[in-house]
Amino acid sequence: MTYENLLKATAEQDPNLMVLTAENRAVIRGLPPVLGGRFIDFGIAEQTMIGAAAGLALRGRTPVAHALATFLIFRAYEFVRDDVCIPGLPVKLVGGVPGFLSDGNGPTHQAIEDVALMRGLPNMQVFTPSDEVELLQGMPKVLASGKPCYIRYCGVPAVVEHQPFELGKAEVLSEGKDVTLLTYGFMLRETVAAKKVLESKGVSVRLVNLRMPKPADEQAIVEAVKATGMVVTIEDHFLTGGLWSILGEVCLKHGVAPKRAMPIALEERWFKPALLSDVLQHEGFTGEQIAQKILREVR
Amino acid sequence: MTNEELSQLALRVREHIIHMATDGGCFIGASLSCADLLVHLYTRVLNVSPAKVQDPDRDYLLLSKGHDVPALYGVLAELGFIPRERLQNHLKTHDSIYWHPNRAVPGVEFHSGSLGHLLSVSMGIAMDLKLRGSKNRVFVVLGDGELDEGTIWEGALVAKAKGLDNLVAVIDRNNFQANIRTEELIPLEPIQDKFEAFGWKTRRVNGHDFAALDGAFFGLPMESGSPTCIVADTVRGKGLPSIEARADRWFVNFKREEIEGLLKELHGGAETKLTSEALIVR
Repeated sequence: MTYENLLKATAEQDPNLMVLTAENRAVIRGLPPVLGGRFIDFGIAEQTMIGAAAGLALRGRTPVAHALATFLIFRAYEFVRDDVCIPGLPVKLVGGVPGFLSDGNGPTHQAIEDVALMRGLPNMQVFTPSDEVELLQGMPKVLASGKPCYIRYCGVPAVVEHQPFELGKAEVLSEGKDVTLLTYGFMLRETVAAKKVLESKGVSVRLVNLRMPKPADEQAIVEAVKATGMVVTIEDHFLTGGLWSILGEVCLKHGVAPKRAMPIALEERWFKPALLSDVLQHEGFTGEQIAQKILREVR
Repeated sequence: MTNEELSQLALRVREHIIHMATDGGCFIGASLSCADLLVHLYTRVLNVSPAKVQDPDRDYLLLSKGHDVPALYGVLAELGFIPRERLQNHLKTHDSIYWHPNRAVPGVEFHSGSLGHLLSVSMGIAMDLKLRGSKNRVFVVLGDGELDEGTIWEGALVAKAKGLDNLVAVIDRNNFQANIRTEELIPLEPIQDKFEAFGWKTRRVNGHDFAALDGAFFGLPMESGSPTCIVADTVRGKGLPSIEARADRWFVNFKREEIEGLLKELHGGAETKLTSEALIVR
């Protein structure tokens, strides 16, 4: 199964599913002949696409709108806010190459404030799959939720065995008492690598994949704070408004505090554009580098 | 209804607008300029009624320049979509009748307020109607000042590309944006030529003449595969000579004691000596 085939199969079951794009067909190339009039390419017109998606949803459709994440939700932000979120229409926004996945494109293409912006909107859900398996697990639930959702698209191969997917539920991939590694999306891969390094040094690691920054699984976060001596948030996102902020908000709300906490995120800057593996190395976001940062703190 | 009956209906709509322009006020200039347009569309053009507000087989009208919504409220009240008394709830927290439209009011199809949005929302509705083989149509009222927004032109390009001949954009050409004449700030003319260049079919009409509006709105689309743009020439503040075509009478909060005089003025009486402050709110 691929993402495209999932949409195709869903469209066969649900006559109201529609696939839209602002001239970005990277992961949906095969759909136009299959969907006919239910595939609409708007050209490079993200705002018009989102407004029209709202109109389609008013008529009972479930539009799944595609574009690069930056253009989809930054260019069209006010359309997402006004026309999708105010009425709470079931428009699904699939943002391509978010975070580090924009590799060599440069800062105009770096969606690293996307989680902050989308989770700040009433009615909006945020789904951040870490790989293709999780993407395919989550999409059917997201499509059926009846609410707006931003999907931070990530279709890389899986490096973990995922647990069954539930909206708003994190998955605890390992129990541990020393450090919680709390992450979502593409950075799960590097976080799993960091975990291996840490465990080889005798550090007991609890690995939590948040899966959905909104609604965030507050219980999973509180349990992790209570169960481990240190919480590390790991994300390819600005420090502001992402997972580090979620951790702080949840701790304040529930009256808990980690003994120690550390963010691994992009602080007030865009990342160096390059091929993905070089970006990770340059920015200090490889599993090995993450592990070394944590080891300096826990020792 | 005869043209005379439409004129009487439009007068009652304007009375409602005047009442909504006190105790907090409203965007009266644009409301009065499009009142005749809305009266005409709801009585002679749109296939919609109080019984059909949830019917998928209805025509749609969306106000993209939402600040003219008192005119729509007035029409909806006079035609039985909502009780007339409900208009007394204007700006009251126990209801949802405020300066911009929202769907809590029966007959209001979508909310607006930020300019340049509802052309694209209307296009989505029009696309679905076409997909389902419906003969219903979508009318979207745009302000002339709203044409400054880039999304109008983005939408115009896409609407033609998608062959949305069930879409009608109605431009309330009252010659003003919030604080200034459009042609003094960002000139818009020739509006028809611009839309024609984008592949639309256009007509220009006196937006206060019901017989002329018949000619504009009947027999659409003008061309299969092409969306329609009707440029309706109107007067800001139409019906109240004391505020007509004035840049400083966009949003007005009349004093209660001025209302009686304004209603007389609406019915042909002398101009009201206004002391109420004109407000600028956006």
